Amino acid sequence: MEEIRIGVYICQCGLNIAGVVNVEEVAKYAGTLPNVVVSRHYRYMCSDPGQDLIKKDIQELGLNRVVVAACSPKMHEPTFRKAVEDGGLNPYLYEHANIREHCSWVHDDKKLATNKAKDLVRAAVRRVYYHEPLVIKEAPLNPNVLVVGGGIAGMQAALDIANGQHKVYLVEKDPSIGGHMMQLDRTFPTLDCSECILTPKMSDVGRHPFIELLAYSEVEEVSGSIGNFKVKVRKKARHIDESKCIGCNVCEEKCPWKTDSEFEMGLAKRKAVYIPFAQAVPHLAVVDPNLCAYIKSDGKKCGACIKFCEAQAITPETLLKQTDQIIEFDVGTIIIATGYDQFDPSVIPHYGYGKYDNVLTGLQFERMTCAAGPTGGKILLKDGREPESVAIVHCVGSRDQNYHEYCSRVCCMYGLKYAHLIKELAKADVYEFYIDMRCFGEGYEEFYKRLSEEGVNFIRGKVAKITDEALSDEEKGKLIVVGEDTLLGKIVRVPVDMVILCSALEARSDAENLAKIFNINRRADGFFLERHIKLDPVATPTDGIFIAGCCEGPRDIPDTVAQAEATAAKALSLISKGTITTEAAISYVDETICSGCGICEALCPFQAIELQPRDGKRVSHVNEVACKGCGACSAACPSGAIAMHHFTNEQILAQVEALFS
Amino acid sequence: MNTLSPYKEATEVILQAGGEPVKLCYQCGLCTGTCPWNTVRSFMVRRIMHEAQLGATDFGSEDVWTCVTCRACVQRCPRGVEIIDVMRAIRRAVASLGLGIVPDALRISAKNIAGAGNPIGEAPEKRNDWAKDLKVRSFASSTEILYFPCCVPSYDPDVKTVARATATIFNKLGIDYGLIGTQARCCGESIRKAGHEDTFQSLVQNNINLFTTNGVKTIVVSSPHCYHTFKNEYPELGGKFEVLHTTQYLASLIEQGKLKLSRRVGINKKVIYSDPCYLGRHNGIYNEPRKILQSIPGLKLIEFPDAREDALCCGGGGGRIWMDTPKGQRFSDMRVEQAVAQGADIIAVACPYCFLNYRDSVLSMGKADTMQVKDISELVAEAI
Repeated sequence: MEEIRIGVYICQCGLNIAGVVNVEEVAKYAGTLPNVVVSRHYRYMCSDPGQDLIKKDIQELGLNRVVVAACSPKMHEPTFRKAVEDGGLNPYLYEHANIREHCSWVHDDKKLATNKAKDLVRAAVRRVYYHEPLVIKEAPLNPNVLVVGGGIAGMQAALDIANGQHKVYLVEKDPSIGGHMMQLDRTFPTLDCSECILTPKMSDVGRHPFIELLAYSEVEEVSGSIGNFKVKVRKKARHIDESKCIGCNVCEEKCPWKTDSEFEMGLAKRKAVYIPFAQAVPHLAVVDPNLCAYIKSDGKKCGACIKFCEAQAITPETLLKQTDQIIEFDVGTIIIATGYDQFDPSVIPHYGYGKYDNVLTGLQFERMTCAAGPTGGKILLKDGREPESVAIVHCVGSRDQNYHEYCSRVCCMYGLKYAHLIKELAKADVYEFYIDMRCFGEGYEEFYKRLSEEGVNFIRGKVAKITDEALSDEEKGKLIVVGEDTLLGKIVRVPVDMVILCSALEARSDAENLAKIFNINRRADGFFLERHIKLDPVATPTDGIFIAGCCEGPRDIPDTVAQAEATAAKALSLISKGTITTEAAISYVDETICSGCGICEALCPFQAIELQPRDGKRVSHVNEVACKGCGACSAACPSGAIAMHHFTNEQILAQVEALFS
Repeated sequence: MNTLSPYKEATEVILQAGGEPVKLCYQCGLCTGTCPWNTVRSFMVRRIMHEAQLGATDFGSEDVWTCVTCRACVQRCPRGVEIIDVMRAIRRAVASLGLGIVPDALRISAKNIAGAGNPIGEAPEKRNDWAKDLKVRSFASSTEILYFPCCVPSYDPDVKTVARATATIFNKLGIDYGLIGTQARCCGESIRKAGHEDTFQSLVQNNINLFTTNGVKTIVVSSPHCYHTFKNEYPELGGKFEVLHTTQYLASLIEQGKLKLSRRVGINKKVIYSDPCYLGRHNGIYNEPRKILQSIPGLKLIEFPDAREDALCCGGGGGRIWMDTPKGQRFSDMRVEQAVAQGADIIAVACPYCFLNYRDSVLSMGKADTMQVKDISELVAEAI
């Protein structure tokens, strides 16, 4: 066996480490350890000169093992593995000791911290002695991409990838793409019409040769891993013949069955057969089987749509026999852009939502001011009058630990937008109840200033209640908004005709289920967790799965689009490379010991283990591309048949023994 | 010019006295808007929080003593600020450091509690006189339940009926219960909220020693204030007992079929129940009192427009029970008016402070002929 020659490098990390740990003493100590040929300390090991030290020593001193004691391996283990490789060694002949996060940052006592650093270095030195070279393999990456969610984020990501001539499957659970942005009237701070800027993108998506749009569909199952995901999608039955429907809308006109329109936020009705809105993509009718009398009566009642559909897209067959379809396909990367739900303000009884007709949510008001909306763009009270005064209540369900502790980020700005629209369309007085005005984006503060000029009454205070109990004649027949004006230090009662609640954005009600399907994590607030809040904001901890837009947390349209483009860039960069580098520190099975019990197969979070027949018995087989080296199988194997490369018993026990010696 | 410099020392005093939660306040004013005082007078809760943050507290202000600790604000505070703890800290700073003046009425009650062990200043040996003719046993180590009626029903001639009704029910059902000797002292809940921490600590030590040496395991109380401190504050100071409010205990007896309410003597009245702050918002007990009332034959239970979590305080918490509130500002008057408007014959209470305040309001408003105030235990005793 070759002689083991170890080089040890202690990083000062400026004063981050050296301010607490006596690096000189640690380096001197490391030099006394068996097999250590050279031991140095340096100001910044991660800098080019720092890395050069390692390369030079490998070549000049014939090192065949390297230890760097520095920050967390999360930060720089890849850096030093690369340096070791550049120096001519296998990158796995390297071990990293964390003496910053695990030592200098968490201790004050310099002497004890120095001793602990010595312990950590000694353990790393003993471990690296047993390291073995490992082979890093490449596997092909499927260039197709799955985008989940057809709102602005999903559409943008899909278009960016498809424009690069790569196939995109775009899955949208509603009958049409467009998402929440399609419901918005005008967008802050420029006040451009939302549908005017969105519908061109929608039709681009609808007819793009590289986008396969699966509307009215939901992802049911995902297996595999980066490079090769297997996807199962349920395409819900529309109960029409999609190849024949021309979107003429006659069925909807003739259908006698009505319910609240989801798209119009309950301010208008839709029929049992309907097209969600005029610009829907795909422009196809859909039948609501829970409302359709023909379906509910098994063909005995109604059937008006069948009669009037000249294209013969609706038939007894489509209504009664059409079932959901399961569609399966493979992709290499996945982008999740499933958006948000609007917080239901009726859980705050003091705000009277659901009790008073003229207390509206933000999205309801968006529909009201929209020219194509249920009131034709007029701001109207339930009784058809125009309001003379309107209150806008900020932070409804946001910044409140009883509901959502986070700031929803868009409410201040859309609240200001409403104030403008009310002034413009209804010439009414506006009272804007806010806690803090958060106008941080491009042109946002300027918009706030503009609204101040327009004469909005700003009242700083969280609204305590909205009531119709009048205390004076002036208040009779009004909604009275009660709260403290914290700048005056007085309780104010403001009688208005209409109240708009700026409801929080919250995680989708099915976010937990989605997280399970895609094997990604959620934060405590329910939104999907990014890999790194600052430096990897659109990746998830699962390789090859990216997140964009409000499924990751509340954000406005510019940020959503930027994120969507970022996810597209991530996917395109993987596609461009064409292969994935597989993890080398993965598990392997000793087939002679494996009893085929299957515990590992059930446990593996990456579906990387499969029982396969081998010489008349069944044994575990590790898919080297899918395995991420988490070690769950190895720890659970009752017969000790599965071991981990780079985490062998010998290596781990040597490290543990050294820590306590 | 009148400049204000942040006064770190004053902030420190408040933080030291338990006002730490004030740091979280972000000044939205929801507390002020929620506080019932602001329907009758100005009480700027938010500003008090901000003054405490900056050390600008006016320790001499009467507002130091205004808060009734009803918890309406805390329940809704978006930052979860324990506003009552801050109010209490400011009072502690006044009471223990002499930074301001303790109102006379409160000072006298505090003196009585410290001296005689009850706020009225009655002789300690008379504590159990209410039960003289009722054949109530003294608590012995084998007794199952200690009944602790609170100082008000023990001494107040009009509220004695609450304790007597409870004992009557227990006697009829053959409950194994007893009263503790006259060494018992006030539970201390309200005097603690009024800032007299030292007095509270000595009451607690006395009571814990007494209960422990007598082998007390389960305590049934008539007052939500006793309930609150026994349940939530005594354990930290070494007194761990099972604590039940009479409404909880009676509801469980009804549930088990042990307490049967006779159809023959039903109460054919409209009864409106007023949630006590310390049973409701402070301890989340809303259903048991209603369950009892609903099981009384003939009784029609009606609700205040602001019931349960939103119930208006009677005005007696936080030591306010000992202080005078001017006519026109009394919550209990508002409550009685509400009860009249709802068409109630009886206001049912589950707290001796509510009892005192509503009784006073009914009398002073001249409604005694048409409106009665009764504790739930009294209604049960009548219907048994």
